[in-house]
Amino acid sequence: MRLEAKNISFRYSRTSPWVLERVDFAVRSGERVGLVAPSGYGKSTLAMLLSGYLRPTSGAVLLDGKPLPTKGVCPVQLIGQHPERAINPRWRLRQVLEESGQLRGDVLASFGIEKEWLNRFPRELSGGELQRFCVARALMSGASFLICDEISTMLDVITQAQIWNKILEEAAGREMGLVAVTHNMALARRVCTRIYDLSNGEDQAVEG
Amino acid sequence: MRQRWNRRQRLLAYTMLMLLAILAAFAAGVLIPESAVAPDFASAKLPPSLSHPFGTDWLGRDLFLRTLKGLSVSLTVGVAASLISAVAAVLTGVAAATGSKAVDGVITWLIDLVMGVPHMVLIILISFACGRGLKGLLAGIAVTHWTGLARLIRAEVMQLRGQPYIMASRRLGKSSGWVLTHHLLPHLAPQFFVGLVLMFPHAILHEASVSFLGYGLPPEQPAIGIILSESMKYLSAGMWWLAVFPGALLVAVVLLIDRLGENLRVIIDPYSAQE
Amino acid sequence: MEEKQPLLEISDLSVSFRMYDGSLEQRQLQVISSLSLTVYPGEVLAVAGSSGSGKSLLAAAILGILPSNAAVGGAMRYGGQPLTPERQRSLRGGEIALVPQSVAYLDPLMKVGRQADGHQKPRPTAKRRELFRRFGLPEKTEQLYPFQLSGGMARRVLVSTALLADAQLVIADEPTPGMGLEQAKEALSMFREMANEGRGVVLITHDIDLAVDFADRIAVFYAGTTVETAPAEDFRQGALRHPYSQALWRALPQNGFQPIPGFQPYAGSLPKGCLFAPRCPHRTAECEAAPPPVRTLRDGEVRCIHAT
Repeated sequence: MRLEAKNISFRYSRTSPWVLERVDFAVRSGERVGLVAPSGYGKSTLAMLLSGYLRPTSGAVLLDGKPLPTKGVCPVQLIGQHPERAINPRWRLRQVLEESGQLRGDVLASFGIEKEWLNRFPRELSGGELQRFCVARALMSGASFLICDEISTMLDVITQAQIWNKILEEAAGREMGLVAVTHNMALARRVCTRIYDLSNGEDQAVEG
Repeated sequence: MRQRWNRRQRLLAYTMLMLLAILAAFAAGVLIPESAVAPDFASAKLPPSLSHPFGTDWLGRDLFLRTLKGLSVSLTVGVAASLISAVAAVLTGVAAATGSKAVDGVITWLIDLVMGVPHMVLIILISFACGRGLKGLLAGIAVTHWTGLARLIRAEVMQLRGQPYIMASRRLGKSSGWVLTHHLLPHLAPQFFVGLVLMFPHAILHEASVSFLGYGLPPEQPAIGIILSESMKYLSAGMWWLAVFPGALLVAVVLLIDRLGENLRVIIDPYSAQE
Repeated sequence: MEEKQPLLEISDLSVSFRMYDGSLEQRQLQVISSLSLTVYPGEVLAVAGSSGSGKSLLAAAILGILPSNAAVGGAMRYGGQPLTPERQRSLRGGEIALVPQSVAYLDPLMKVGRQADGHQKPRPTAKRRELFRRFGLPEKTEQLYPFQLSGGMARRVLVSTALLADAQLVIADEPTPGMGLEQAKEALSMFREMANEGRGVVLITHDIDLAVDFADRIAVFYAGTTVETAPAEDFRQGALRHPYSQALWRALPQNGFQPIPGFQPYAGSLPKGCLFAPRCPHRTAECEAAPPPVRTLRDGEVRCIHAT
């Protein structure tokens, strides 16, 4: 499969400045692309466009040549920097996970999600624990592409390594495509097969 | 500092007591038989005493029992009108926030319009148009009271719709109807409830005012407004108790409900959890 | 540094909160326990730990701006004198400045240029313009209101505010999120400069890489206490003392990316002994019996009986 942003531009309204202008970007199944650039180059906007959270002002986001479906489960799932905002604060975490379908014991176990956490409310868990839920929720939806926008920036490095190692394992197991927005070059080199710099359009392969 | 009850538990206890007091007043009004407030000329125009705590009126009716009956009529009208109003507020608020630009425009315009016209005038007009009586009064109060809550709900839903968890829900394949019933409405429930309770005192006061002016309930239904209105003629004759006691009781009940609503708000508000 | 007088000394600090559990039950939550820290003039001390682990409360405790349901224990000294609530009141905003984490600390009704100037007379306009320029804030920023700023811009304004306040002790609570790497480095190098001029800086952060680059010493924060305080150089070398700091080091993407399993214990269900014991490979019965005391080891301090 191939997820592609074709000549896309984006701005919030007709009077606001362009956030992205004529950007081309593509990621294939099995590929893991690091998306880097100084702040202000629209990395997060591109992430939201690729996952259908926003619609491009011009150009198109295509999955195997077709537009992203607007109904049903989106095959491209976005995980953001602030897990506490991506979870309904009034729901127990069991409900949060069930929103993406049947609970899968294997996914829960591999993300180190304790059974007991399922009965808690989001405010009773830390950001690191909540992010595990967000990643598990996205994976249980059966996504083919995962867009990770600074998902571990606010976490401690142990939790970061825990979550990323599991994502890499799952991504390899199901031939998923991955886009990782990050400012941490060491992390990008560790988890990605290719690094794309949005500020100058340069592509760089990662060895190893 | 250890106390047997913490602040929230005490607050909840007070709130329950208030609710009980209001319910008791309401029940008393309903349960008092008509015969208890029948005219009795032998004991007309008596000032407050032990046997007639609020005194009696010019027909010899016991004012205490009559006030209780009046209060329950006022409460019924106020609660019914508020309920209609609150439901209208949710429907319009959600519609404005989730509907098209045109829908939002119309509803926002309507809210501004209703808020702009003096409520008393509007209630009197509607009450007149529907033929004075319970129906007209209910319609009048309902039409004038939904706007504040509708505006609040519209803003809340608009803010919620931009939340990542709502957008994530849509990307996980949930329909907008599902999002409405599972995410939005449950989130609005506490505000709806508090808004509803805080609407009661307004509605009751409006009912009383309109009835007092003679545009509301007919004299056969002795709402507090009617009692007060009738007492005016006798004030100059020195029968002060005819106005003072029913008026004071009305104010007390209104304040009680207002306090109750505020307490509910504190109990529901998550920001007050850290004390 | 040994002969210098410490600017700020915190010993055995604890912070707990009375919270509502559910909607009606109350309980006491211990969020910071037996935390000890020393800040010398001329140094940047980083306090590194994961978000939401209570680091911000440390800043609030030093400044005396904890919410009223908090209970504080232990001792704090500033400039050799006990830091009483009265002294906290008179020192904060002047000698002790906070760079808050939340943009909500800006006055929404005041233009940011004016706010950054603070109460100084005459207003340090030229200095402020210079700072804004260095942070890449356009000239017209000073005329904007906080709601017109992006998150990153607002944070840069907050940093400028503290830099202008001319404080002796600066406490920066997560000053960098929302900034790009370049801006973050710019901001941190300004804190570095302030320290070089003889001030003390406490940098509260979750970003170990930045801490290593800009701090002199790093205190590792875990489950509400500092488990180790070490020279930043030791983080570069991987010569750490506490098993948790060692695990942190090995989990860095540049050093192996190998995590240990488990998660930090929550306030309210803290272990009785060493807070790290449940996840520690070197744990013994002694660790689980009582919290280990702080001891000095190779130019650093560590709260572990097995550390070498």
